[in-house]
Amino acid sequence: MSCTNFPCYGTLEQGTELMNWLEANKDMPGIVLPALQKAQEIYGYVPRPVQQIIADFAHKPLSEVYGVATFYSQFNLEPKGRNQISVCLGTACYIKGSGKILQMLQEKLNVNESGVTEDGRFSVDSCRCLGCCGMAPVMKVNDDVYGNLSGEELDAILAKYE
Amino acid sequence: MYRSYVMICGSENCSSIPGHDQLYNEFQNQIKAAGLTDEVMVITGSCLGICHEGVGPNVAVFPEGSIYTGVKVEDVAEIVYEHLLKDNRVTRLLFDETVTVGNARSIEDTEFYRKQCRIAMRNCGIIDPKNINEYIAKDGYQALYKALTEMTPDEVIDVVLASGLRGRGGAGFPTGRKWKFASGNRGKVQKYVCCNADEGDPGAFMDRSVLEGDPHSVIEAMAIAAYAIGSDHGYIYVRAEYPEAVEHLEIAIGQAKEYGLLGKNIFGTDFNFELEIKLGAGAFVCGEETALMTSIEGKRGEPRPRPPFPASKGLFAVPTILNNVETYANIAPIILKGAEWFSSIGVPSSTGTKVFALGGKIRNTGLVEVPMGTTLRTIVEDIGGGIPNGRSFKAAQTGGPSGGCIPASLIDTPVDFDSLSKIGAMMGSGGLIVMDDSTCMVDIAKFFLEFIVEESCGKCTPCRVGTKRLLELLTKITDGRGTMEDLNRIEELASFMKDNSLCALGQTAANPVLSTIKYFRDEYIEHIENKHCPAGVCKNLLTYHIDPKLCRGCTACAKACPVHAIVGTVKNPHAIDTTKCIKCGSCIEKCRFGAIERK
Repeated sequence: MSCTNFPCYGTLEQGTELMNWLEANKDMPGIVLPALQKAQEIYGYVPRPVQQIIADFAHKPLSEVYGVATFYSQFNLEPKGRNQISVCLGTACYIKGSGKILQMLQEKLNVNESGVTEDGRFSVDSCRCLGCCGMAPVMKVNDDVYGNLSGEELDAILAKYE
Repeated sequence: MYRSYVMICGSENCSSIPGHDQLYNEFQNQIKAAGLTDEVMVITGSCLGICHEGVGPNVAVFPEGSIYTGVKVEDVAEIVYEHLLKDNRVTRLLFDETVTVGNARSIEDTEFYRKQCRIAMRNCGIIDPKNINEYIAKDGYQALYKALTEMTPDEVIDVVLASGLRGRGGAGFPTGRKWKFASGNRGKVQKYVCCNADEGDPGAFMDRSVLEGDPHSVIEAMAIAAYAIGSDHGYIYVRAEYPEAVEHLEIAIGQAKEYGLLGKNIFGTDFNFELEIKLGAGAFVCGEETALMTSIEGKRGEPRPRPPFPASKGLFAVPTILNNVETYANIAPIILKGAEWFSSIGVPSSTGTKVFALGGKIRNTGLVEVPMGTTLRTIVEDIGGGIPNGRSFKAAQTGGPSGGCIPASLIDTPVDFDSLSKIGAMMGSGGLIVMDDSTCMVDIAKFFLEFIVEESCGKCTPCRVGTKRLLELLTKITDGRGTMEDLNRIEELASFMKDNSLCALGQTAANPVLSTIKYFRDEYIEHIENKHCPAGVCKNLLTYHIDPKLCRGCTACAKACPVHAIVGTVKNPHAIDTTKCIKCGSCIEKCRFGAIERK
């Protein structure tokens, strides 16, 4: 069920959750950034209608909210795959060959320009240092971290995620 | 009191290894079965510092200080019955340096720990970070008590000044001076105390370890800083990539509030202090102080011109001090043990210790804390255990994307703020990546620039455009299109960026390029003049070739080739079609006869 009685996007539950959070924190100085983080937690990404809700609430122009959303790499403006793969390209991982792991994944999964597979099962991204330099090279699938990768184990890892 | 403590390393380096999540319960079950429940306590602690060849999970048994690496669920019973019940050691699992002929040494006696001196990481891996009582038992919050009840705010600043403590986040500005600048008009104006926990340097994870392993040490120090400058509100700005650190901080702040160590009238005095956590959202530039403050204000994290300095006009335009996590972790011991004790460690211009995240091509990766002025050789060879796989040390990179490379010829350089900047590297936040002869220095310089190009916030032109042009020049060289003139152009552009960028990110962006040109000029020239990458990394300069005399025609390479560039029939020498070859190197890994050459 979608909602009609207040500015909202997605399901009624999602819209209510965001509005409740905004109401509860309306006095917070600098609310735009935490609001976007909350919105992304709820929706998985922050599309324009969601940015508009935050802009209206904070009495800021949409351009300012969009400016914040595009400044930080945490925010996705497009939906991601069901399972998000993030290959660490920090220095320690890089010199131990994580660049190759990333390339292998992209070829194996045949992702499009925004890094998502056709069936939406995976999205592939790189990130800068997960702080697990001891087991470089490292990648993360959702919240699971896999280290000491050689490339041969990738198929087995991918098979775990539907 | 318990007779023995079993600490399971809970840091991501260990906890992401399959089976780690079952260790705690298995230890509890086996200890129960052995009837030792009242004698042995099991804790999932924080990082012990050593991530030996990535073979965790590590389990340490105290008070003996035995450290077991690569512990699997099925090993637990043996450790419980042999070690905890019979007081033997399971030598096959002990960290190999602790095993000398049939004898087990404590971790304190290993080369890895013996040459270290732990101040900032004093409690990491030793206490349960989720239990405030353990921190208090280790003299926790005593420094705050001493400051509030026995010292005036100016005396606190004087001690920090006299200790010679310099900021551990990178620039090395004296902490006491920073505090002094912000100390005017106490009680008359709103001020903020901030903690920079936006550890963004790739390859650095010491702040993470302190936050996860000893969050109270940061909270206590921030309260002391607030007392010193006359503030009642603090913010900790943490990377969102560190959920565990955030969780431990939240627990710690909650417990500190409950114990009256945060809030109103702390220790019965009229000092009040509130602390909030702010989450970063993945922008490297937010490690820069003014950018961090704009980010806390909820805006794009762009830096502001200085002056005005944050000490007069910082967060929400009021006086603010910002220190790094590791800097704060040093404060409580300085207040308790005195400035003289602290300044007796290290060298006169850089006192105390520094934590390094040792990584890359080295046997013992992990976190090490050494007195300032320790030579790079001690860190790499003694503590780090040298380079694995029979390769040789080529360079160490410090300071991340703003730092530089230290070549093998300078391995005896003492590691302190001034010695490092003298040779064109920098201390930075403490990432120390070791490289061997299979690392291409031009490629590494390019790697850091790619990072900076992506992370440049775009506010000022010298950084936004300069880094991009610099990367294009380097790409030209690694593609085999470079000229000697490009080297001069790089140097000219770099000095322009240094003088004209708004913040440290742009000012230091060219450092990795400049220092590699300085020490590895021959390697650049080899790329430019002979179109050859000596380390065999730069793809466009490589060719793969099969030696028909060595090839047995086993077809392994042809099967591995993702683009079917290898042709040949069974038992006959194969050949590579160089027009199809994507130079991925898969064939070389599969060939058992050493028939494939990379040039």
